[in-house]
Amino acid sequence: MKQRSDSRFISFVAQFKQNRAALAGATIVLLLVFVTLFAPQLSPHDPIKACLDERLTAPCMEYPFGTDQLGRCIFSRVLYGSRVSLSVGLIVVGIAATIGVVLGIISGYCGGVPDEIIMRLVDAMLAFPSLFLALAIAGILGAGFINVILAITVVEWTRYARVMRGSILSVKENYYVEAAKSLGASDFYIVTRHIVPNAITPIIVVATLGIATVILAAASLGFLGFGVQPPTPEWGMMLNDGRLFMRRAPWLMIFPGLAIMITILAFNLLGDGLRDAWDPRLRERRRER
Amino acid sequence: MLEIANLRKYFSSGLLWKQSVKAVDGVSFHIERGETLGLVGESGCGKTTVGRLLLRLIEPTEGKIIFDDIDVLQLKKNELRKLRPRMQMIFQDPDASLNPRMKIGDSIAEPLKLQGHLNSGGIKVKVLDLIETVGLNPEHRNRYPYQLSGGQNQRVVLARVLALNPDFIVADEPTSSLDVSIQAQILNLMKDLKREMHLTILFISHDLEVVRHMSDRIAVMYRGKIVEIGTANDIFEAAKHPYTKTLLSPSSDD
Repeated sequence: MKQRSDSRFISFVAQFKQNRAALAGATIVLLLVFVTLFAPQLSPHDPIKACLDERLTAPCMEYPFGTDQLGRCIFSRVLYGSRVSLSVGLIVVGIAATIGVVLGIISGYCGGVPDEIIMRLVDAMLAFPSLFLALAIAGILGAGFINVILAITVVEWTRYARVMRGSILSVKENYYVEAAKSLGASDFYIVTRHIVPNAITPIIVVATLGIATVILAAASLGFLGFGVQPPTPEWGMMLNDGRLFMRRAPWLMIFPGLAIMITILAFNLLGDGLRDAWDPRLRERRRER
Repeated sequence: MLEIANLRKYFSSGLLWKQSVKAVDGVSFHIERGETLGLVGESGCGKTTVGRLLLRLIEPTEGKIIFDDIDVLQLKKNELRKLRPRMQMIFQDPDASLNPRMKIGDSIAEPLKLQGHLNSGGIKVKVLDLIETVGLNPEHRNRYPYQLSGGQNQRVVLARVLALNPDFIVADEPTSSLDVSIQAQILNLMKDLKREMHLTILFISHDLEVVRHMSDRIAVMYRGKIVEIGTANDIFEAAKHPYTKTLLSPSSDD
């Protein structure tokens, strides 16, 4: 009986397993989490300690990714950099999704005036180019880890609010919601027991894809000098530092750039895979195309 | 038992130039305790809207609904929630009437839990009892709605409705999405249950034969209005309104 009740999950896993790109994405994401957790153990050198004798060393046995203008090990810095990127990604998506989901629920379930207010606010936020707005906020607040999180959260919550609202609107139309209402259930009970569990799956997909967007935005802010402050290693900032030495020592930019690219690719593949596994019809359609 | 007078529901759309659709346009009737009133009419004539209005799932534009000497439209939100368990609705699509993420057993237990009269042991016994009443198998409890057929799901819906021991049930085309052979099973089950539990039912359908089979009296609805109301025999043997006649004539049977 246990298997039968889990069969939805099993079919989901089966769908997901068939998707090689998604599996690759999931593997890289797991690897990234591993690197983030064990950066101190995996790094051959101290990422902050400068060693001026070894400045701009090309990749070799001692320094697999070479060293930067201060003689710091780029491999170690890339490993440590994943900590900033991944934590910004997870924290921003966590906060933004929570805010967005709550506002989306209010908007979708209540309708009327609250809906109008929230959705016009979302429209107003979307009218700005998002990176520009984040940049302006970071500029006002000043650089730093917390401010980066704030700046990106302010622009990111809107997508969750919109998706959640849409999802709630479609789930709300089901007869079982009306049936629960006619049982005399409270609005809170109906929302938490019947609507949200059936409306939340798209959010998981959007959140996975959202992590990629956030990491890229954080790296962009870092590149422009609004991110975490030196000497903390951060990929965007490393790119900027390497800019001056692009010709003489291209490894300064190549490796952090690759790290950003692979991370974003991995989250995008994972997100696409989750979406396809949850909605097999979508995948069929895409295959036909 | 239930009396409605001059019930109206206009749906309006458009921001600047309001356009309204008169879904229900001045409907009045009464239903006696233990009676089944059939409500027939073509699709889009406002039958379902009447059903929803009776339970105040949507608010009428105007009119009066008296249920068991209670003026339903005057009730405040909390009072209405207390009244709700006494009036239940069975919807057209059984598969959409059950939360896809809840096991059948939990779905049937839900009204009992919300009511709060029974402890978990009592609920378990009652669920098994209801499952037997509607002709399901106890092992269905641990399945999900998508693992059951439409007919089985409609039995689950019936069990849920009966769990509350309601006085009045609105059955909105409860069999129209089912196979013909299963339709008969469900209809006969409803008839038996009605007799045993002294239910009062508003039976909504576009299918005259089904309505005749189920109802004591029949109301014919056309474009938001009741055009004729009478005993099943009156309607079938001596229809007065021209619309009823066209409804009865074989040519309209597409």
